[in-house]
Amino acid sequence: MDTPHTKKKKIKRKWQVFPGRNKFYCNGRIMIAKQTGVFYLTMVLILVTSGLFFAFDCPFLASNLTPAIPAIGGVLFVFVMGMLLRASFSDPGVLPRATPEEAADIERQIDATNGPSGPGYRPPPRTREVLINGQTVKLKYCFTCKIFRPPRASHCSLCDNCVERFDHHCPWVGNCVGRRNYRFFYLFILSLSFLTIFIFAFVITHVILSKSISVFLDGCTVLEVVVCFFSIWSIVGLSGFHTYLMSSNQTTNEDIKGSWSSKRGKGNYNPYSYGNFITNCCAALCGPLPPSLIDRRGFVQPDTPQPAAQTNGTGACPSNQVQSHMVRRPYSVLSQRE
Amino acid sequence: MSYCHDPLNFKCQITNSYPHFHNLQELHHSASLATKVFIQRDYSDSTICKFQTKFPAELDSRIERSLFEETVKTLNCYYGEAEKIGGQSYLEGCLACATAYIIFLCMETRYEKILKKISMYIQEQNEKIYAPRGLLLTDPIERGMRVVSFANTWDVFLSVGTTLKELCTIYKL
Repeated sequence: MDTPHTKKKKIKRKWQVFPGRNKFYCNGRIMIAKQTGVFYLTMVLILVTSGLFFAFDCPFLASNLTPAIPAIGGVLFVFVMGMLLRASFSDPGVLPRATPEEAADIERQIDATNGPSGPGYRPPPRTREVLINGQTVKLKYCFTCKIFRPPRASHCSLCDNCVERFDHHCPWVGNCVGRRNYRFFYLFILSLSFLTIFIFAFVITHVILSKSISVFLDGCTVLEVVVCFFSIWSIVGLSGFHTYLMSSNQTTNEDIKGSWSSKRGKGNYNPYSYGNFITNCCAALCGPLPPSLIDRRGFVQPDTPQPAAQTNGTGACPSNQVQSHMVRRPYSVLSQRE
Repeated sequence: MSYCHDPLNFKCQITNSYPHFHNLQELHHSASLATKVFIQRDYSDSTICKFQTKFPAELDSRIERSLFEETVKTLNCYYGEAEKIGGQSYLEGCLACATAYIIFLCMETRYEKILKKISMYIQEQNEKIYAPRGLLLTDPIERGMRVVSFANTWDVFLSVGTTLKELCTIYKL
């Protein structure tokens, strides 16, 4: 017979049983997408270019012009790295998947809404319509997470999570950009624009002012100039685009789909906008930062039924009622999958 | 709701009275297996956190409509306050940006402070109003802010009580 102290069950933290395709480090404190190759490239580009600038250009500029140049460069560099790490390692606003009871409750509500089938137009059963500030918004049902997605939320196929206020999945940052890390992403690209322009300008200044440059310095200078030149076009452009999005309170997702475009209809407008671009920008950058909903470092309660981990709905599901729903309606679930 | 120091005391006389639980935490554990009523989010005011105040039919015989509405309205007020965009949130945001968000390592955000107030309010409501009526209100943060759930704890009591009664009969206690 097992005694209590020999039968010790290891209690897991929630990040260890997280159903999405994310990687966790530092015991759940850091979360990042599965593919991080491009993120490492971003880090290398920034570190190498800045490193070369501080090592080879700054001594000349500090002595010949002013020591404020490396100081400002240093502050910019620290800010850029800080924002990049914050955008990459934080939870973008992942919505936890529905527990089996919630999923069963939603299925019951959908059954009740459908009722007996009759003639005439009927909206697809897996959407709900809400009226937000005078605009009709359709809430879609997520078959993976088994929830009706809140407005502006979207399911990221790379991370396999529903993310609140989903903007886009950024491979350069190695994470989704959503409600909780949009401001870090925006500040990252804005400060990186300034840093790139700063380095480019002062490297050119160094080349012009310097009387004799060795071959080695030439190589480093060429590398810095090339990286900065191509980066400026892409990053400054991206910053400009996101400044426009932020000032009109739209996400990249909505802009690409043209959800609030006037081309869709005469009465089509963005119901989330506060009216003026200052309030929209302030709300995006200085608004309250909501907490993470996935509680990565919390402990898994041993008797709590866990949400489905598999996309085909065969995850841990102790409730017979939910299983009978799944068995009864596999065809409808598969046929309506987006 | 009474709490006893020995919840599985086979020697106690179990007739029609409900078994005892140590505290609200044990009730939480058992209630996770019980039937639940979910109150969904109300998105009519954009994406701010707000729950529907429509009284569900399943709670008709269990709790007064006014108490339910008051609880949900108070929760909505708390969440509205947490998500309010105004002077205080701007100040916090600007200060955080100026310190490259390092300041959040030392201090709690306003949202987190209000969430703590909410969980205390929910605990108080459970102790005073819901537990005596055999219901348990779950904090929405545990459900990803999607639903406010009411668990029916009397089903659990009935099933546990019946099992203990049978065991007492078997062991002739």
